[in-house]
Amino acid sequence: MATVIIPTPLRKFTNQTAKLQVDAGTVGEVIEKITLDFPELKKHLLDGQGTLRSFVNIFSGDDDIRDLQAEKTPVQQSSIISIVPAIAGGTR
Amino acid sequence: MIFIEPETLSYIKTQAIQTFPDECCGFLFGTEQSDGSRNISTAREVHNAKAGDKRRRFEITGKDYMLAEQFALDSGLLMLGIYHSHPGHPAIPSEHDRVAAQPYFSYVILSVVQDRVDHTRSWRLNETGSFEEEIFTTEQINPSISWQQ
Repeated sequence: MATVIIPTPLRKFTNQTAKLQVDAGTVGEVIEKITLDFPELKKHLLDGQGTLRSFVNIFSGDDDIRDLQAEKTPVQQSSIISIVPAIAGGTR
Repeated sequence: MIFIEPETLSYIKTQAIQTFPDECCGFLFGTEQSDGSRNISTAREVHNAKAGDKRRRFEITGKDYMLAEQFALDSGLLMLGIYHSHPGHPAIPSEHDRVAAQPYFSYVILSVVQDRVDHTRSWRLNETGSFEEEIFTTEQINPSISWQQ
């Protein structure tokens, strides 16, 4: 099963679990399964249309899935899928 | 309530001054009490990856974020927040800060005026998505509680 790394700010929605094991064929299926298991994750990962929020990035290994096949990016048993919040800000 | 160990606070202040007039940024690590009080013991500077005007914006790459999470797991510390500087502006979060902010994290902002840090304040998102200021304490919070998955 693929390993999904939950970022610190979202661990309160996964019972403080940092790593989840998920059986899925694509990144989209990974998101679907973890939001079914942990429904409170959904509003933090997906917008009202069910697409990935702009401030959420998903990495497969070291690669942003937006540079791969987005939600259709294949997932292997050995895949490390990281949910990465976009960190930004500034004075104005 | 939040406490930043003096050496760590000195480190981020020095970075904020050296980076002026650009914004600096980095991660904060430490321990947390059951009541939410936080003791920041370690800071790690990261590159401000914002393309364009770094004097009023900062951005941290996904790879730097993943390295910071791994550092927390390896060190047994909690990743508790983000710090960044506001060159020539108050240590108050902007609307841009608020929109991009994550729940749970402490956002420590340093207001820098030329060669000194004018003031340092910390903020956290509340349940309604607004920032609330965290009270700084000058006394170390008992660093007995940490967890690691």
